[in-house]
Amino acid sequence: MSYYKIFAIAVLGALLAGCPSTPVPDPDPSDTTYDGGDSASTDGMDGFDGQDGTVIDDPFEQLGTVIYFDFDSSEVRAADQDLVAAHAIQLNDESFASVRLEGHADERGSREYNIGLGERRAQAVRQMLMIQGVKASQIQTVSFGEERPDAMGSSESDYARNRRVEIRYTD
Amino acid sequence: MFKKLSFAVIVIVFAANNAVAQKLRIDVQGVAQPTPVAIVPFGWEGNSPAMPLDIAEVIKGDLRRSGRFSPIPENDMLQKPTDGADVDFSDWSILGVEAVVVGKVTQVGVNAYSLRFQLFDPFRQRQLVGYQIPASRGTMRGAAHRAADMIYEKLTGIKGVFGTKVAYVTAEQQAGRERLYSLIVSDQDGENEFKIMESKDPIMSPAWSPDSRQLAYVSFEGSRSSIFIQNLRSGNRFQVSNKPGINGAPAFSPNGKKLVITLGGVEGNPDIYVLDITSRQVKRLTTHRAIDTEGTWSPDGDHIYFTSDRSGGPQIYRISANGGTPERVTFEGSYNARPRLSPDGTRLAMVHNDRGNYRIAVMNIERKDLLVVSAGRQDESPSFAPNSDSLIYATRQSGDGVLETVSADGLIRQKMASGQGDVREPVWSPFPKFTK
Repeated sequence: MSYYKIFAIAVLGALLAGCPSTPVPDPDPSDTTYDGGDSASTDGMDGFDGQDGTVIDDPFEQLGTVIYFDFDSSEVRAADQDLVAAHAIQLNDESFASVRLEGHADERGSREYNIGLGERRAQAVRQMLMIQGVKASQIQTVSFGEERPDAMGSSESDYARNRRVEIRYTD
Repeated sequence: MFKKLSFAVIVIVFAANNAVAQKLRIDVQGVAQPTPVAIVPFGWEGNSPAMPLDIAEVIKGDLRRSGRFSPIPENDMLQKPTDGADVDFSDWSILGVEAVVVGKVTQVGVNAYSLRFQLFDPFRQRQLVGYQIPASRGTMRGAAHRAADMIYEKLTGIKGVFGTKVAYVTAEQQAGRERLYSLIVSDQDGENEFKIMESKDPIMSPAWSPDSRQLAYVSFEGSRSSIFIQNLRSGNRFQVSNKPGINGAPAFSPNGKKLVITLGGVEGNPDIYVLDITSRQVKRLTTHRAIDTEGTWSPDGDHIYFTSDRSGGPQIYRISANGGTPERVTFEGSYNARPRLSPDGTRLAMVHNDRGNYRIAVMNIERKDLLVVSAGRQDESPSFAPNSDSLIYATRQSGDGVLETVSADGLIRQKMASGQGDVREPVWSPFPKFTK
C-alpha cells in the first residue's frame, strides 16, 4: 500500500512540476497557438486544484528575451504581448535601465532590404514598450537583417527561428 | 557613444600588402562552342633560369575563363615560336585555331623586364596586334592581364576586364556561435587575395569608389551599423555616417564626391539620402514610410535607383539625383530589389523572385524586357563588370555561399568557389586607372 502512496505522490509531483520548455517557434505562420513566453512560471499550475489563491512568481526567473515573427510580418503575436508587457514593467521600474532591441530577418531576398525588415520588427517592439510608458531614451534599436542568423540552415523552421527580435539589456 | 566600445570589439584593418593563402577556385561551365586559340609558351631571356611568371598560363587562364575561348594544349602544337617572324601559318591553320599568340619576356635591369607579345590570325595570315609592356616582378601579373585584355578586345570587340578586381565579404564560423567576418579584395581571377578588414561583427555592402582606390562599406562594430570609407593602399579609413538607427547601402556617385546611403533614424523608417563625403552633409531624397533602400547611381549621374516596398512588396524605383517624385521601374513579378546599372547605362540588374526562387535578372532599360540570368534559389548581390558584358553575384552551393559570374545575355556562367567560409556580396571594380 505504501508503494502506491509513494507512486501517487510521485505522479502528483510530476504533474505539478510543469516541464520547462525552450520556446520553439511555429514554422507554420498560419498557426496561432504558439506560446512564446517562457516567462510564465504558472505553467501547469493554474486552476489545477480549483481552489482560491494566487501564484507567487519566482523572483529569480529570467524574462524571455526573444520574440519571433511570422513570415513577411512585423506584428508582435498576441501570445508575446505579455512578455513585452513584462519588459515594460521592468524598464518602468528601473528608469536607468535600457535595452537594445535587435531585429532580424530570414535569409530570403536582398540583404539591405532585410535590414529594413529586421528594423520594422524591432520598431514594433519599441512602439509597444513606449505605449506602455517606457521612455524613448531607454530604447535603442539595431537591425542585423539576415547577417546574424540563429539557425544556419535554409528550412522553414530555420527561417522561423531567424525572424526575431532579441531584447538585450545594456548598461 | 564610443565609450561603449570598451568591451569585446575587435576590428582589424589592413593595408594593401596583407596577402591571404587561400584563393578563389574557378570552375568554368562555358559556352557551347568556345573558339580554339593557341597561346604559345613565352620565350625568356634573363638572369634566372625561369621567367618570374608564366605569362602564357595567365593569358590562357583569362581567355579560357571568359568562356569564349578554348586554348589548345601545348602538346598539340607543331611549332613553338617566340617571335612573330618565326610563325608558320600552315602549322596553325591545320590545327583549326583561329588565333595564335607568341611572345617573350626579356630582362633589361635588376628588376626591370619587357613583356612582348604578338597576336596572329593564321587564316588571314596577318598580325592583329603586337605590343611591348614594361614590367617589374611586382607588376608582371598585371602586365600579363593587360596583354590578355588586348588580345580579347581584338578578337571579340569587347573590352577585357582581366586586370580588374573584385571585393567581397566572407563569414567564417568560429567556436560556438561566433563568426569572423572579413572584407577581401582579389584579382578577378581569384589571385592576390588580400584582407582589408576583419571583424567579429557583420560587414556588409562593399562599394568601389570610381577611381578604385577606396571601398565604402557598412560595419556593425560596436553592435550598431555605421558606414566607413577605407583607402586600400594605406588601410586608413574614416567613418562617414553613424547616425542613430540604420546606416546602410552606400554607393559612390560617378564623380566620387558623394554617397547615396540609407538612413533609418530613431523611428526606423529607412529612406534614401545623398551624403556629401567632404562635408558629411546629408540631403534626404525619400520620405515615404515604406522601406526605401539599396540606392545606386545611374552612370550619367542623373538618377538614383533604389528598392522600395511602397507598393506592398519590393520593387525598383528611380528618382532624380536632385530629388523629386520617384517613378516605378519594375512591373514584372512580386519582388524586385537591389538595383545595379551596367556602366554603359543600358541594363539594370536586380534580385528577382522567379517562381519562388531569388534569382538575378537583367532588364534592358529601353526595351523594358526582363531576362533571368541565374538558376539558383538564393541568388543575390549582382554587380556588373566594368565592360558591362558580365556580372558577378552570390549564390549557394551545398549550403555554402559562393560567387558566380554570368555573361549579360545569360549564356556563359562560371562558378568561383572560395575555401574560406561563406562568401557573399561581390562587387566588381571599375577599370583600373593607371597613374604614374
